[in-house]
Amino acid sequence: MEHIFTFFSSHQQMIFMLILMVFVGIEVIGHVPSVLHTPLMSGANAIHGVVIVGAILVLLNADVNKPLTLVFGFIAVILGTLNVVGGFVVTDRMLEMFKKKPKK
Amino acid sequence: MNSTLLLDIIYLVASVTFILGLKMLSKPESARNGNLIAAAGMTAAILGTIFLRNNQIPSIIYILLFAAIAIGTIIGWMTAKKVKMTAMPQLVSIFNGMGGGCAALISLMEFPEHAGHMKLMITVMAGLVIGSVSFSGSVVAFLKLNGNLNSNPRIPFYNVINALILVATLGFAAYISFAGVKDMNMGVIALAMALLYGVMFVLPIGGADMPVVISLLNSFTGLAAAAGGFLYHNEVMLTGGILVGSAGTLLTVAMCEGMNRSLFSVVFGAFGAGSAAAAAGTSATGGTIKDISVADTAVLMNYAKKVVIVPGYGLAVAQAQHVMHELEALLEERGVEVSYAIHPVAGRMPGHMNVLLAESNVDYAKLKEMDDINPQFDTTDVVLIVGANDVVNPAAKTNPQSPIYGMPILEVERAKSIIVNKRSMNAGYAGIDNELFYQPKTSMLFGDAKKVVTDLVAELKSM
Repeated sequence: MEHIFTFFSSHQQMIFMLILMVFVGIEVIGHVPSVLHTPLMSGANAIHGVVIVGAILVLLNADVNKPLTLVFGFIAVILGTLNVVGGFVVTDRMLEMFKKKPKK
Repeated sequence: MNSTLLLDIIYLVASVTFILGLKMLSKPESARNGNLIAAAGMTAAILGTIFLRNNQIPSIIYILLFAAIAIGTIIGWMTAKKVKMTAMPQLVSIFNGMGGGCAALISLMEFPEHAGHMKLMITVMAGLVIGSVSFSGSVVAFLKLNGNLNSNPRIPFYNVINALILVATLGFAAYISFAGVKDMNMGVIALAMALLYGVMFVLPIGGADMPVVISLLNSFTGLAAAAGGFLYHNEVMLTGGILVGSAGTLLTVAMCEGMNRSLFSVVFGAFGAGSAAAAAGTSATGGTIKDISVADTAVLMNYAKKVVIVPGYGLAVAQAQHVMHELEALLEERGVEVSYAIHPVAGRMPGHMNVLLAESNVDYAKLKEMDDINPQFDTTDVVLIVGANDVVNPAAKTNPQSPIYGMPILEVERAKSIIVNKRSMNAGYAGIDNELFYQPKTSMLFGDAKKVVTDLVAELKSM
């Protein structure tokens, strides 16, 4: 139990943000038409690519004398970039097709 | 102004763009701009993280960093631009897996730094386990959708075995966090267990449920990113990750509702496995099927007043959407009313078919959603079903034993005549028989969708 309290007190601000973000996420998505499920999933997919920020931090703080860390950091940044760039570009390509529709 | 404060402000702005972006993505008019806004926020957050630093970084690290970003950007951009629209679902899946793998690697590298430190190890292990499950699960989902892995192997008691692997993985990760294990090898073992669980989790799930699984894994990766946010006290990772985690979960549930299935039954699935009995039931009702020629189909359609086209994944695979549009235009020219009936899960993902048809310039107003088109089938002369199967299977309404029982379907059997184009009598993606094909009103037009529709156009032109 003590562990939980110390965890809470040291991450208090983060936990507040976490709880609020859960509700924001639910609010933002509510009542989405099924036509947009795929682009929305794809867009959300690109946004969680924000994990790349963590990969960059790890690589920037990596010890130059530990080659394994550098290799892992390098790969992590590649993976994160793929997620971000691929995610946003593919979403844009999907949505581009919606826009081209001729209106009657 | 000091750079730390500036970075905090950038992170705040980026978080707002993520929220705005998602909000705008859920409306057709603003969707594209929403995506661009979120992308701009992401770029700012990445650049800020790299350049707004107080400490000195060795140049070798900068070289590695920019090389990695360049490689990722080029590969990601090219793949996303080049891939066929039909392959969209598996592409989303693999990009999702990359994010999961990234989160798992970060945790693996942080393991030796924080080992023994309980508070931080909880977040390290959470990122490690969730990221790994998302990575291996997404790769399996990619292989399945891409057709490299067609079977849905179900080892006996796979539910029990999967549950055991899951409990063991979580238990082991918790043990590492709380008991202050410092041995790096233990971290690698936990990683391997989580990777194994990801494979075992997705492997038995059948094709029709794959979009739901991708959406679920998508929200997992969001959680893994959020775990990283906790670890680094990094606001933008936390907000972005949690936002996707919660929105993704809601989206997953919405997709399940579209197919009238519960998330529980998707994950612990009765799909496919439980259908042996149902399949036996439907084949008993089976009778003879009736063939129809291209010429007869053309005549039938030419003299119809109202034609409804039901496009399915088969149409997309055959790349027949362009020639389909040509057929539609030709019929319209001759005074036939043509519309497309789009099932919510037509294609491989909700909304996938709309994207494909929009690509070939089909008028948006002609795409009718299920609830709008169903009452119109009574007055429809000809229904042309191209490469769709499960979404028109009446078993969903009539056979409680069927695995798709309860899924809303397009009620094509109310039309005067039904023409089904398929390559063969193989069962649909859900792997179940379709009694519609045996009904007296139904005629089968076998052949590749693109060839058949092209022949239809030629035949109509000569009439």
